Amino acid sequence: MSAVSVASVPNRPAAARASLKRGRRWALFASYFFLILFAIFFLTPPYYMIITSLKTDAEMAHMATNPWFIFNGVTLDQYKLLLFGTDFLIFFKNTVIVTVCVVAITMVVSVLAAFALSRMRFWGSTVMATGIFLTYLIPDTLLFIPMFQIVKSIGLLNSYWGMVLVYPTLTVPFCTWIMIGYFQSIPRELDEAALIDGAGHIQMLWRIFIPVALPGIIAATIFAFTVSWAAFVYPMTFLYSADQQVLTVGTVTSLIKADVYKWGMLMAGALVAAAPPLVIYAFLMDYYIAGLTAGATKG
Amino acid sequence: MVDLVQQFRGSVTQRPAVAPRSGLHRLMRKRSTIAFLMCLPLISIVVGLIIYPAIYAIYLSTLNRSQTKFLGLGNFTYLLTRDTFIMVIEQSVIFALSAVFFKATIGLITAHLVNNLPDKGQRKWRGMLLVPWVIPLALSTLGWWWLFDPTHSAFNWTLTGLGFGEVPWLSNPYWARFCVILVNVWYGAPFFLIMYLAALKSVPEQLYEAAAIDGANAWQKFVHITLPMMRNIIAITVLFSLIVTFANFDIVQIMTAGGPRNMTHVFATYAFLSGIKSGDIPLGASISLFMFPILAISAIFILRGVNKRGREI
Amino acid sequence: MAEVALHQVVKKFGEVEAVRAIDLDIPDNEFVVLVGPSGCGKSTTLRMIAGLEEVTSGNISIGGEVVNDLPPKDRDIAMVFQNYALYPHMTAYENMSFGLKLRKFSKDEIRQRVEHAARILDITELLDRRPKALSGGQRQRVAMGRAIVRNPKVFLFDEPLSNLDAKLRVQMRTEIKRVHQKVKTTTVYVTHDQVEAMTLADRVVVMNQGRIEQIGTPHELYHHPRTRFVAGFIGSPAMNFIPCRLEQVGSGLRARFSDAIALPVPSDREARYQSVVGKEMVLGLRPEHITEPRHNGRADGCDFDVTLDVVEPMGMETMVFFTLNGTEICGRVEPNSAGDAGAKMRLRANVDHMHLIDPASGAVI
Repeated sequence: MSAVSVASVPNRPAAARASLKRGRRWALFASYFFLILFAIFFLTPPYYMIITSLKTDAEMAHMATNPWFIFNGVTLDQYKLLLFGTDFLIFFKNTVIVTVCVVAITMVVSVLAAFALSRMRFWGSTVMATGIFLTYLIPDTLLFIPMFQIVKSIGLLNSYWGMVLVYPTLTVPFCTWIMIGYFQSIPRELDEAALIDGAGHIQMLWRIFIPVALPGIIAATIFAFTVSWAAFVYPMTFLYSADQQVLTVGTVTSLIKADVYKWGMLMAGALVAAAPPLVIYAFLMDYYIAGLTAGATKG
Repeated sequence: MVDLVQQFRGSVTQRPAVAPRSGLHRLMRKRSTIAFLMCLPLISIVVGLIIYPAIYAIYLSTLNRSQTKFLGLGNFTYLLTRDTFIMVIEQSVIFALSAVFFKATIGLITAHLVNNLPDKGQRKWRGMLLVPWVIPLALSTLGWWWLFDPTHSAFNWTLTGLGFGEVPWLSNPYWARFCVILVNVWYGAPFFLIMYLAALKSVPEQLYEAAAIDGANAWQKFVHITLPMMRNIIAITVLFSLIVTFANFDIVQIMTAGGPRNMTHVFATYAFLSGIKSGDIPLGASISLFMFPILAISAIFILRGVNKRGREI
Repeated sequence: MAEVALHQVVKKFGEVEAVRAIDLDIPDNEFVVLVGPSGCGKSTTLRMIAGLEEVTSGNISIGGEVVNDLPPKDRDIAMVFQNYALYPHMTAYENMSFGLKLRKFSKDEIRQRVEHAARILDITELLDRRPKALSGGQRQRVAMGRAIVRNPKVFLFDEPLSNLDAKLRVQMRTEIKRVHQKVKTTTVYVTHDQVEAMTLADRVVVMNQGRIEQIGTPHELYHHPRTRFVAGFIGSPAMNFIPCRLEQVGSGLRARFSDAIALPVPSDREARYQSVVGKEMVLGLRPEHITEPRHNGRADGCDFDVTLDVVEPMGMETMVFFTLNGTEICGRVEPNSAGDAGAKMRLRANVDHMHLIDPASGAVI
C-alpha cells in the first residue's frame, strides 16, 4: 500500500529507481517495526501467564526479581497442584460433555435448517433466513435473566445439562447463517444432476451437500466449539456447585480460595482451559478465520 | 453396448402407461413439508429459547421484586432516578464507544501493516496477532487481572524500574475504567484485523495498478480506492462490535465486578448484580432491556450492510 | 421404444408463458437439437423433459409412457449440464458410478459399465482424478460418461459446449457426434449456437419466443426456411433481407429495390408469387449468393454495381458490405476480386436461391 508502484514510471533514471527501491524497503522495515510493537501488546498477557504458571510460589512472593522472567528454575508444581489438588478436572470433564453435546446439536439443527432454507423454498423461508441473522445479533446478556427463570422452572438450575439446553441459542443462528451461505454457493445444477442420478433429499444432503460444503461444516463446527467452550454469562448465572461447574467460571471463581490468590496455579488453570481452542486454532486456522469472516457476507 | 442396453432395459420394471395426475405436484408439496420439518428444530430453538425469553423479559420487567404486583414501567422510571444507574449508562456508553473506536483503529492499522508484508510472512503474523481473540475471554481477563494485581503487578514493577510511580490500576475508579477498556481493545482488535484483512484482499489488484498509472500516491490510493471498497465491511464490523461490546460481561465482572464505587459497571454486570446477586429479577431484566434499543438500531444497519454486500459480491 | 413426444406442452412462470403449446415427436435414436436465441424456451423444454420443471399443461411421454408426474430419477433419462455439474468431492469414477450406486447396481456391474464408457470416451486414465484436476474438455467427457453408464432411454444435453473455448468446442462437437454413433440413444440437445445445431442434428428444432418456428433436417432449414426468423437465424453470416416490390414486367416478375436495381425472379417461381405482385415484400438472399459475376448461374439482369463500405478478408473468401435501399448487405467474393473500401464493384445475385418473405407475417412464400 505505502510502497509506490513502479508501473507508472517505466523509464526513470537509475538513481530514481534506486530511491524507489529504498522507499519500498523502508516501508517494509516500518511495517515490521510497528507489527512487532503490536505483537508485544497482543502477546504480553499470554506470555506472562505462561511465565507465571511455571514459577515457584516463593519466586512470585519475592518481589525484587524481574517478574517477566524465571530465575529460580522452571517448575511444574503449579500444574500438579491444579490437576490433583483442585476440582479442575471435574470442570474440564463437564466442559467437554457440554461442548460435545452443544456442537452436535448445533450442527444437526443448523445443517438441516440451512439445507432447507437454501434449497427448498417454502412459505416464509426468506423471512426466516433474515430472522435467523437477527437472532444471532441478540447477545446472551440481554436474555440471561429470563433464561434464569426458565432454566429454574425446568429444574436444570445448577446442572450442566442446563448449559446444553441454552448454549445452542448462542451457536445455532450463526452456524445456520454461514451454512446457508455455503450451501447457496453450490451450483444448482449439482442438485439437478443428483436428482437425475436418483438421489432423494436426504441422500442429496448427505452425499452431495455435506461433502461439498465440508469447509463450511468445519468452520461452523469450530465456531460452535469455541463459543460453547468460552461461554461465561450463562454458567456464571446458572451454576454454583463445583461438581457441575464448567472451566471458564470454575477457573475464575472456584480456584480462588478465600483471599489467597494462588496466581501460579490460576494461570496454569487458565492456560490449560484455553488450550483446546488454541490447539484447534493452530491446526485449523484457515477454517477458523473463514468462520469468523463469514458473518459479514452472505456466504 | 447394445446388449448392455437390452440387459439394462430388461431390468426396468414396467410402469403403468399413465402416471397418476399431479404426482410431481404432490412431490413439490411434499418437498416444502420436508423443508419445514427440517427447519423445525431451528424454529423451536429460536422461538422457545430466544423469542419467548425476550417476551418473558419484557413481562418480568413490569413486575415488582417478589413478582406479585404489576408495576408497568415502574422499574424503568425507578432506574432512571437512580444516580448509580445513570452512571452505568454513562460508563456503558464510554466503554463501548471508546473501545470500539480503538479496536477499529488498531485493527485497520495492523491489517494494513500485515498486508504490506510479503505474502509468505502474512500467514504467520496473522496467526500470531489473532491469539487474543482465540483465548476464551474469561481466561485471558484473569491473566490481565494478574498483570494489574495491586501488590505483584508486573506493569508497576516495570514502571518503577523505569523511574515512574506505581499506578493504582484497579483500585482507582478512573484507572479501572481505563483497564477494562484496554482489555476489551486487546481482545477485540484482532477481530477487526481479520475482517479488514479479508476485505483488503478482496480489493482487485488492477484497481491499484490503474490508480498508479493515473498517478495516485499511497495515501490517495487509500482514500479513493481502499476506503470506498471497504466502507461496507468497516460499517458492518463496527456495528457488530458495538453490539458485542455494549453487551460485554466477562471483563468487568472478573476484573472489577463493577467497582470501585460502581464506576466500572456496564449494563450486563449491573443487571447481574441486581437481578441474580441481589435477587431482584424484574429489576435485572429491566436493566438488560435498556440495551435493546441500541442493539436493535445497530442490527438493522448491519442487516442492510450485509444484504448490500451480498449483492456486491 | 424410447421415442419422446411432447403434446401441447405449456410452461408458465407466473404470468409469463415460457413455452407455448409445443408439439414435438422424436423417434427412437434420433439426435434432435433445440436451437434458438436465449429466452426462447429451449432450455425450459429440455428441463421439462428431464422432470426438473413441472409441466403447466400438455403431456410429455418417453417410450410411450406419460411422464408428466414422474420425478427425474424415474424417467430413465441422463443429462449433461452446461457447467458439467460434476460432484467436486468425487473422482471421475465415483462421479460416473454415483447414479448406478444409488440404483443399487452390483459393484461388478458398475465397474464394467464405467470402464466401458471410459473406453468410449477415452478417459480411462483419468478415472481416479477429481474434477478439479481435469481440463474443461476432460470434465465434459466425464459428464458425458456419467450419462452413458446409465444406459438411459434419452440423453439430454443443456448447452454442453458453451463453457469451452472455440477450438475445444469444435473438437468436442465431433466427439459428441462420434459417441452418438456408437451409443445409439435418443438425444435432445439444446444450444444457442446454430453451427452446433447444424453439424450435430439429425433434425433441428428452431424455437423463438416459446414457439417452434420450424422442425427439419439441417438441409431443409438452410435451404427451405419457412419463416423469416429461421432464415435469419440459421446460417452465418446471416441472410440479407432487402425490402423490395414485386413487379410484373412483360411476361416475367421482377423484384425492384430501387429505381436503378431490379432482379428478375426465376420463371419457375412465378406461379408461386402471383398473389403478391405489386406488394411491398422482403427478399432474402444469403451472402454466398451475392458474388462477383462468374460463368455459372444466370447472368441476364442479375448484375448490379455497388460502392463497398467495408471489406473483410477471411482468407479463403472475402466478405463485402454495401448499402442498398438503406439496408446493409453482405456479399461473399473471391479473395482477390474485391477492391478496398470505397471502391466500386460489380456483383451478381444468384436469384435461384432467393426467398420472398411477407413482411407482415414473416412467412416465407
